[in-house]
Amino acid sequence: MYNRILIANRGEIALRVQRACRELGIETVVVYSEADKDAPYVRLADQAICIGPPRSIDSYLKIENIISAAEIGNVDAIHPGYGFLSENSHFNEVCRSCNIDFIGPTPEAMEKLGDKNQARQMAKLAKVPVVPGSDGLIENEEEAIQTARAIGYPVLIKATAGGGGKGMRVAANELALKAALEQAQNEAKAAFGNGGVYLERYIEKPRHVEVQIIADHFGNVCHLLERDCSVQRRHQKLIEESPSPRLPESARRELCEAAVRLVKTAGYTNAGTVEFIVDQENRFYFIEVNARIQVEHPVTEMVTGIDLIKTQIAVASGKPLPFTQEEIVPRGAAMECRINAEDPNKNFQPCPGKIERIFVPGGYGVRFDTHVSAGYVVPPYYDSMIGKLIVFKENREEAISCMLRCLAELQIQGISTTVDFHKKVLSHGDFVQGIVDTKWVERELLSK
Amino acid sequence: MTDSGDNQGREEQSEDVFSVERIRSLVELMKEHDLKEVDLRHFRQRIRICRGTNEVPVMAPPTMIAPQYAAPSAPPPAAQVSQVAAPPPAAADGPHIVTIKSPMVGTLYLRPNPKSDSFVKVGQSINPESTICIIEAMKVFNEIPAEVRGKVVEILCGNEEPVDFGKPLFKIDTRG
Repeated sequence: MYNRILIANRGEIALRVQRACRELGIETVVVYSEADKDAPYVRLADQAICIGPPRSIDSYLKIENIISAAEIGNVDAIHPGYGFLSENSHFNEVCRSCNIDFIGPTPEAMEKLGDKNQARQMAKLAKVPVVPGSDGLIENEEEAIQTARAIGYPVLIKATAGGGGKGMRVAANELALKAALEQAQNEAKAAFGNGGVYLERYIEKPRHVEVQIIADHFGNVCHLLERDCSVQRRHQKLIEESPSPRLPESARRELCEAAVRLVKTAGYTNAGTVEFIVDQENRFYFIEVNARIQVEHPVTEMVTGIDLIKTQIAVASGKPLPFTQEEIVPRGAAMECRINAEDPNKNFQPCPGKIERIFVPGGYGVRFDTHVSAGYVVPPYYDSMIGKLIVFKENREEAISCMLRCLAELQIQGISTTVDFHKKVLSHGDFVQGIVDTKWVERELLSK
Repeated sequence: MTDSGDNQGREEQSEDVFSVERIRSLVELMKEHDLKEVDLRHFRQRIRICRGTNEVPVMAPPTMIAPQYAAPSAPPPAAQVSQVAAPPPAAADGPHIVTIKSPMVGTLYLRPNPKSDSFVKVGQSINPESTICIIEAMKVFNEIPAEVRGKVVEILCGNEEPVDFGKPLFKIDTRG
């Protein structure tokens, strides 16, 4: 096991990793930018090293400063957390070349699955369903019709040079496809100077369901079940839960097994998440792999009873997984609300500033992962998440009730937060019934 | 940058690590040098003393760890004491005193090689292009220019000392 680990991150995840290290008897070196010098977790470290001025690009993203810190801190390994350099294969390589373990996958596995196209090819190889689509650009109407027949309606016509929804058209049948194709091509040409389009099966009201996996260096791969992260705004997750509501057991099993197959095929090690979208018929399609620990990992920890960060560290240090797939038996329901320093009434504008007062909820089945306390100044340089409120109960109904109770107890004064917004979501009939999709927040809550 | 104590295999000595005498002498030292907080570590032992009523610990170390930490069995070497508060009161630096701070993380070298003299000495005049030290980072030796004109009044770090971003290295009197 390692003697010393450097935590190349900040905020709540830096504290999370620090806690795991302390319990394992591993010394911690925490790096911090000048903006984070007064953060409470910095004082808890065995050694704290300032790596630069506030901006991420000058500090948390500055590889040479982090590696230097690792050298003068005399560490055995680096935990990259999430974001920042956690999926940077070059940083991963540099660590390796300096004889410092990177707590995560190898650079090769990271690159293989980090590239969306390569990951998609890997998925096909592993017989993991991907969103059916044309394999390249559509040349003419005849090809469009043939392709659409093969992938199944409704189809989405997408501009290859596109973005912002431009050049996208949905066609429910062949007649509509003929009309839509020319429109989409013209729109794309006008907007991007490139009329090239391709087809994909259109997934109506998709749900985001992801599978946590963990693999050691001995070929053992386990899934730790799924998380449903359909409550999103502009592709940013707001609420995550496990199990995924209304997902049939057969679909859950196939989804999780598909994730394991993909990870085995890619030779991936350590923790990772395989993301899927699930349609209204409970068919799932691979989207991408996140080759790191994720923000919402506590949801999985609660339903499986497994400390994911400790397991990451153990695996990286060369130990085999301390459990088999059969030993992972899910229990209860867990839910997480990301508490952000944002004002939902002003389009979720970030609200940095001083937290004057904070009262944190507690009780049976409640976990609040945060690095903030009264007097803490939320800096304007980084993401706005200040804490994760996690509840774990016997079933989903109780979990929702508990979360609402906690959101009412949680008091943060001095800055705006998304607490009231979460209360609205948790109280909404659609959420309670478990029928939300990834566009639901924007469609049902924000446009009305 | 706070340093950890030496953890290279020394055994703890079995003594009453919370002896009143030891704590009393630490408190006297703090008063003498007007320190607000002292955090000492030696191997797996640690003691942290805060002085003054304004100090409100935001997050104390977890109590489960506390029994492992104690006062060091002998006064620790100066390098292992991390002073969080200001140094002993001295004449305040005037506006003509500039502190050169480390622009990077690495190991500080005050001389170009072990056999040479230091790049600069106290009392020496320097100009903005003068190399005042080397900071080694990832096996690359970076020559650090002064970027200021004046006379060296104080060298704040030792040779081969690890430095982090912003660590004060030299005090320069720009009138000199």
